[in-house]
Amino acid sequence: MIPAAFEYARASSVEEASNLLSKFGEDAKVLAGGHSLIPLMRLRLAQPSALVDINGLKDLDHIKEDGRKLRVGALTRHVTIQNSSTVKEKLPLLAEIAGEVGDNQVRNMGTMGGVIAHADAAGDYPTLALMLDADIVTNQRTIPANEFFKDLFTTALAPDEIVTEVVFPVATGAHKYVKFRRRLFDWAIVGVAAQKMNGGWRIGLTNVGPTPVRATAVEEALHKGAQPEEAAQHASDELDPAGDLRASPEYKKHLARVLTKRAINQAEGRQ
Amino acid sequence: MAVSQLVGAKIHRREDPRLITGHGHYIDDFTRQGAAYVAFVRSPHAHARIKSIDITDASKAPGVAGVYTARDFKGQLAGTHPAAPAFVAEKKYIPERFPIAEKEVCYQGEIVAAVLADTKGQAADGANLIQVDYEELPAVMDLEKALKDGGPKVHDGAADNVSWDLTFTGPDVTDAAFKEADVVVKQRILQNRLAPVPMEPRGVLAEYETYDKKLTIWMSSQSPHFIRLFVSGAMGLKESQVRVISPDVGGGFGSKISPYPEDYLVPALSRLAERPVKWIETRTESIQNATHGRGQYYDVEVAAKTDGTLLGLRVTQFLDVGAYCGTFSAFQACACLMAGGAYKWKGISARTIGILTNRVPTDPYRGAGRPEATHLVERMVDLVAGELKMDPVEIRRKNFIQPQDFPFTQNFGLVVDSGDYEKALDVAVKLAGYDDLRKKQADLRKQGKYLGIGLSTWIELCGFGPSAATAPATGGIALVESAQVRVTPTGSVIVYTGTHSHGQGHETTFSQLAADQLGVPYESIELRHGDTSEGTAFGYGTYGSRSLAVGGVAISKAVGKVIDKGKKLAAHMLEAAEEDVVYEHGSFHVKGSPDKAKAFGEVAFASYGMSLPEGMEQGLEAVAYFDPPNLVWPFGTHIAVVEVDAETGSAKLEKYIAVDDCGNIINPMIVDGQIHGGIAQAIGQALYEEVVYDEDTGQLKTGTMIDYMVPSAGEIPPMSLDHTVTPSPTNDLGVKGIGEAGTIAASAAVINAICDALSPLGIKHVDMPATPDRLWHMMKGTSK
Ligand SMILES: Cc1cc2nc3c(=O)[nH]c(=O)nc-3n(C[C@H](O)[C@H](O)[C@H](O)COP(=O)(O)OP(=O)(O)OC[C@H]3O[C@@H](n4cnc5c(N)ncnc54)[C@H](O)[C@@H]3O)c2cc1C
Repeated sequence: MIPAAFEYARASSVEEASNLLSKFGEDAKVLAGGHSLIPLMRLRLAQPSALVDINGLKDLDHIKEDGRKLRVGALTRHVTIQNSSTVKEKLPLLAEIAGEVGDNQVRNMGTMGGVIAHADAAGDYPTLALMLDADIVTNQRTIPANEFFKDLFTTALAPDEIVTEVVFPVATGAHKYVKFRRRLFDWAIVGVAAQKMNGGWRIGLTNVGPTPVRATAVEEALHKGAQPEEAAQHASDELDPAGDLRASPEYKKHLARVLTKRAINQAEGRQ
Repeated sequence: MAVSQLVGAKIHRREDPRLITGHGHYIDDFTRQGAAYVAFVRSPHAHARIKSIDITDASKAPGVAGVYTARDFKGQLAGTHPAAPAFVAEKKYIPERFPIAEKEVCYQGEIVAAVLADTKGQAADGANLIQVDYEELPAVMDLEKALKDGGPKVHDGAADNVSWDLTFTGPDVTDAAFKEADVVVKQRILQNRLAPVPMEPRGVLAEYETYDKKLTIWMSSQSPHFIRLFVSGAMGLKESQVRVISPDVGGGFGSKISPYPEDYLVPALSRLAERPVKWIETRTESIQNATHGRGQYYDVEVAAKTDGTLLGLRVTQFLDVGAYCGTFSAFQACACLMAGGAYKWKGISARTIGILTNRVPTDPYRGAGRPEATHLVERMVDLVAGELKMDPVEIRRKNFIQPQDFPFTQNFGLVVDSGDYEKALDVAVKLAGYDDLRKKQADLRKQGKYLGIGLSTWIELCGFGPSAATAPATGGIALVESAQVRVTPTGSVIVYTGTHSHGQGHETTFSQLAADQLGVPYESIELRHGDTSEGTAFGYGTYGSRSLAVGGVAISKAVGKVIDKGKKLAAHMLEAAEEDVVYEHGSFHVKGSPDKAKAFGEVAFASYGMSLPEGMEQGLEAVAYFDPPNLVWPFGTHIAVVEVDAETGSAKLEKYIAVDDCGNIINPMIVDGQIHGGIAQAIGQALYEEVVYDEDTGQLKTGTMIDYMVPSAGEIPPMSLDHTVTPSPTNDLGVKGIGEAGTIAASAAVINAICDALSPLGIKHVDMPATPDRLWHMMKGTSK
């Protein structure tokens, strides 16, 4: 379909983008890769009054190593993250996840900041950001990931706030993202990320609730020496996923357990 | 030199360079000076009364040229939507259907208003401003509830929701078989509702020329002549005043055969507004409004002996018609007539019930009735085999109609023209390495893994069709086929066919055929179709795997007539008797003296000159119609290998073997392509696709490609294809249709494989789509 009419402006700096957002008012939206926003606009599920295009902000397109941190600019495309030698070296799990997002077209256009700001329950980066205690940096402040994702499509961002960077810790230990989906280019029905870090495990779940979930009960069980199979049983503790056309709530909970076991096992090189 | 050089050769599709590089001509590539765009306002409710429509704001919106509701079309369009009286039923209720709703809407998506504007965006904005006041009525969604007395009706005030109820053969026909039976197996089998999802959605561009009273329609159609027939009739125009051009068609799968409301409304709008009008369907409109396929369930019973001999089959088809009767909706009842499959039965009882619901109408979708027949009989045969602990290959062998039985008159009196079912089975079993697969299966089972092997030995009736059978079914027009061959003075050849390609590669296949028969270079043949102002008076379109078996034969006949005239002329030029002239490799020569010859081009040139034999008219062209004496009956065996993940219930296709027999093959590459696509489509039905409506409100839940899950290349397993060749005795080319074969065969193979995989868990039957969630529930013993 055809989107409703909207204003359009292309920003040449973060500051200008922020000013444009304030000028256009609450219904204005940032346009990054457009691969979530434009489909919604075409269905008229989103009818922003104005789009502030940030695709010209080249300084938001970067991957930087910063001591024990990895700084990924908001405008960095999935394909860049997927192929970056820095990411592969410092946080290989992120490169793996980027390579599993959508299809080539989506990876060529979609951005780190877009996924984080959009906060789709099935978005893959939010899971990683949450479980690794990443920081979301905006033009106004730094927000810890565990305070960022509020609800379905809802974040701590103010209307004129722009994500500039996501700062992940460096983590090079055993890791795996198991993404259960039906078609090659689909979103996760359920996804589970496992990362060995500082002697313990970090486990994150995608699409089992309105926001990403950190499976602390699994992490603790593993810490206490439980076998992956046993620990994974806790993956569905406290989960209350909504059912959809692809999966019923009980099936999602089942998948959370099965995939958690698989993620840990595969991270450690077992089948 | 071989007689035949082109027929049988893997020639690359002539149309591909254009289509693959984006140089095809689809409807959205066309426009006319001054065209307005139309956006349709559609009902958000499955069933509601229209209390009022407020067009005030929309009429004042920027760029809006006009807003139209049902009233405006009253003097413009007459009659009701056509429904072919196929399978004249004992009871028949065809709800009246005007292309735009006035008082009541009966499915979500039904049109209630049209907004005309200078741009697409303005039309869409205008449509958003229309306020319709609806009073919601109960939606009839469930087939069983729809059949109950006293419940809500699809059309307010109707007596019931039954569109037809026809008993082909009563239960008495199978009484003896069931008495004799050692085992009886019963099963209800669902056929999920499917959206056709052609890559190019529908589209209509219409230009009515007020002064000349001529209407040109550019639209994406599988049967432009039928559209001309219906639309001219509804608009009060002569067929000769209307020209329908259907250029490259980006897929149809049956959904572009019948006329749609928009096909009437867009031309009527052009006449009303006195300017060209264009409409391009959006993807959501397509999933919501293009006729759906399948949407049925079957109650089936089989009687058999302990040695595996099949005795009797009882089938009742419950078919979800949707809110109105699709033009060829009742054709899908052919599933009953084909339910016996490749086997001999003492008796088959069959009844079909067409049930109205508040959903979009169903109509033929690739295979139309024959995939359903194959699915049910192949499932039932496996269920019997399971009951008797027989190998699925053995039970099939035991019951096949045998080569010496052909022509074989089956239980409903249809004459199966030819076949060798066991031969195709043997090739497939060998290609699959069947015995090794069974060993592998046993080993994997010991490791707790679920590998399954599924067979589908399919047969099909296609190539519609003989006038005696088809004219009564359509209400008068026999679905024969026409062709015209025109030879220009310089010897180039234009072949017009009344069929139409929506992806089948007719430009290539038909040119191969004509070039061979004429003995001229392939490049000399130009194949044209899809324009009602070119070629023969009537063409019949493409569906039901008919184009080659009917249209190809018509071409061959027309070419024959051209050669005959050429012979007469050549004889005159060579001063020989006509009987002594032979035509070979593009040259006419006198028998025994190849030097006394005239090339095809010379004869063509001479035909436009002055030295013609006494009484011969100028020119070298011919028209031919082919009325086939019977349908054609392709067949084959498919084998699917599936592993079901013991933990997640996810079914993964490991490999797929297909051995098909479509008689003589003109272009093996095109045949393989048709089979590949058909299999992929059936895998979609078996594992992924389903149109889902809310069971209470009738709201469509699968209105985008995210939710309506068409599989991508990534989900399609490697396929091994082979063929047996059993030429059809029905036509001179010995050909049978192959366009639907893959779709007809594959859902049964995939589901049989899944059932085979899960048989250690006591699972006997799985419905489609076999999603991981559904399988997981079944595997842990909770139904889904
Ligand atoms: C077919 C398909 C499959 C997909 N599969 C996946 C998948 O498997 N996993 C996955 O994670 N994603 C998937 N996506 C989504 C894809 O990754 C999107 O690109 C992403 O969700 C949004 O990023 P974007 O750059 O396209 O943002 P846009 O669509 O431009 O914007 C999305 C939203 O975020 C806001 N926004 C964007 N950038 C910023 C910023 N810097 N600051 C503040 N707000 C901002 C916008 O205003 C908008 O509200 C898929 C998309 C498609 C079309």
